[in-house]
Amino acid sequence: MKDFEYFDPKTVKEALPLLSQYKEEAKIIAGGQSLLVVMKQGMLTTEYIIDIKGISDLDYINDDGKGLRIGALTLHRTIEKSPIIQKHFMVLSEMERNLATIQTRNWGTIGGNLCHGDPAGDPASVFIALNAKLKVASMGGERIIDMEEFSKDYFEVALEPDEMLTEIQVPPPPPHTGTAHEKLMVMQGDQGVTGAAVSITLKSGDGVCEDAHIVLSNAASIPLRAREAEKRLIGKVVTDDLLVEAGEVASSEADPPVDVHGTAEYRREMIKVFVSRAAQRALERATSS
Amino acid sequence: MKGTPRELKLTINGKVYELMVKPKTLLVDVLRKELKLTGTRIGCLSSSCGACTVNIDGKAVRSCSVLALQANGRDVTTIEGVADGDKLHPIQEAMVEHGAIECGFCTSGMVMSARALLNENPKPTREEIREAIQGNLCADSGYTKYIEAIEIASEKMQGGK
Repeated sequence: MKDFEYFDPKTVKEALPLLSQYKEEAKIIAGGQSLLVVMKQGMLTTEYIIDIKGISDLDYINDDGKGLRIGALTLHRTIEKSPIIQKHFMVLSEMERNLATIQTRNWGTIGGNLCHGDPAGDPASVFIALNAKLKVASMGGERIIDMEEFSKDYFEVALEPDEMLTEIQVPPPPPHTGTAHEKLMVMQGDQGVTGAAVSITLKSGDGVCEDAHIVLSNAASIPLRAREAEKRLIGKVVTDDLLVEAGEVASSEADPPVDVHGTAEYRREMIKVFVSRAAQRALERATSS
Repeated sequence: MKGTPRELKLTINGKVYELMVKPKTLLVDVLRKELKLTGTRIGCLSSSCGACTVNIDGKAVRSCSVLALQANGRDVTTIEGVADGDKLHPIQEAMVEHGAIECGFCTSGMVMSARALLNENPKPTREEIREAIQGNLCADSGYTKYIEAIEIASEKMQGGK
C-alpha cells in the first residue's frame, strides 16, 4: 500500500470539516474489512484516509417503537447478536450470521458495508426490503436518502464527496409482514452467487398480498428490485405456483454477472430458486405474525 | 504529511508497547516485523484465510485487515500469549494430543478463534465450534480433528476429563 496522510476524528463534528476540505481526495475507513482488501491489492489508492472507527457515538441500536435506528459504526457482530434486532427484525440477525466470518463481523461496520456499495452485498438488499432510510451528514447539514436510491452503480453510492453516513433507519413493519433473506453459498459466509431479500405484507384476514419487496443481490450493478415479480404477487392470494412465477419473473428482470462462481444462465436459474425460497419464508412469517 | 509516523500505544500479551508507525501499517506487520511475534501468519492477500487471527479485546479479528493505528489503546493477544510459560493452554494441548495439527500453518489462527469462542461461550455446541472456525481455512486436516480438539478443550476447561 502507498503512504497516505491519516486523520482519526473522534466525533462526527471533527470528521465533517475534514470531508469538506478533502472531498473526493479522501477515503473514509471504518472497519476496513472491504476497503483494506482493495487497497492491499492495489485496486485503490488514496492520499488521505479519514479513520472514523473511533467515533464511538455512532455505535448504537435503538428501537423506540417508532422504528429501528442503527448507528453507522455498529459492528456486524453487534447486529447479529442484538436482542433488540432479534425481537422484531430477525431477518437482519440471520443475514449477519451468514455474512463473511466472525472475524470480519467483529471489526467491520454496517455503515462501511453499505457505503462500499457492492451489489453482491447482503445488507443493502435486506434494508431495501425493509424500506429503510439512511441519514447522511455534511457541514451543510443532514439529509435522508431512501435505501433504494442509495446505490448508483458498482461500488458507487449516492454520497456527495463531503458527506458521511451516520444512521440507518428502519420503520416498524406493517402488520402481517414477513421478511426473509436467502443466498446461494458454497461455504457459509460466502458472498451469494445470487441472493434474494423478500418482504411480503398480507391484508389482515384474507391472506391477500398487499405489498411485496423482492430485492436481488449479485444480479445487476446495484441491488435490484424485481418490480415485475412483485406485481405478480400484489393483490393476490399467494400460492406455491405464484411463488414459482415470482421467481421466474424476477430472474428475467436480472442482469447477472459472469464470473468464476457462475455463468449468467446459472445465476438466472438460481435466482428463480432463491427468490421462491425467500418468498416462501417471508410468507410463512407474514402469516404467523 | 503522507506517511508521517504516528504514535501507537497498545497492550500485547499483557505487555504495553509504545511505537511509532506509518499510518498504512497493518497490525499483522507490527506483530511480525516490528515485534518479531511471528506466530501470527499471513496466508493470503484477500482477508479470507484467518491464519492472521488474533484476539482484540477478547474478540477474534484478522490482524491483516486492521490498520495498526486502529488498535490504539486496545488489548491484543497473539498465539505467543496463549500458553502459560511452558504450560500449554488446554486448547493447544488438545490440538496436539488429538492430532489436529498437520503442517501447522493454520494452527495459531485456529487457536485464537477457539480461544475467543471459549472465553465467550465455555460450553459450545459442535455447530457453534464449526461456526467459530469458519473463518480459519486449513488445507490439510479436513477440520474434523480441530473441531473435536476444541470440544475436548472446552470439556477440560469446564473441569471435565
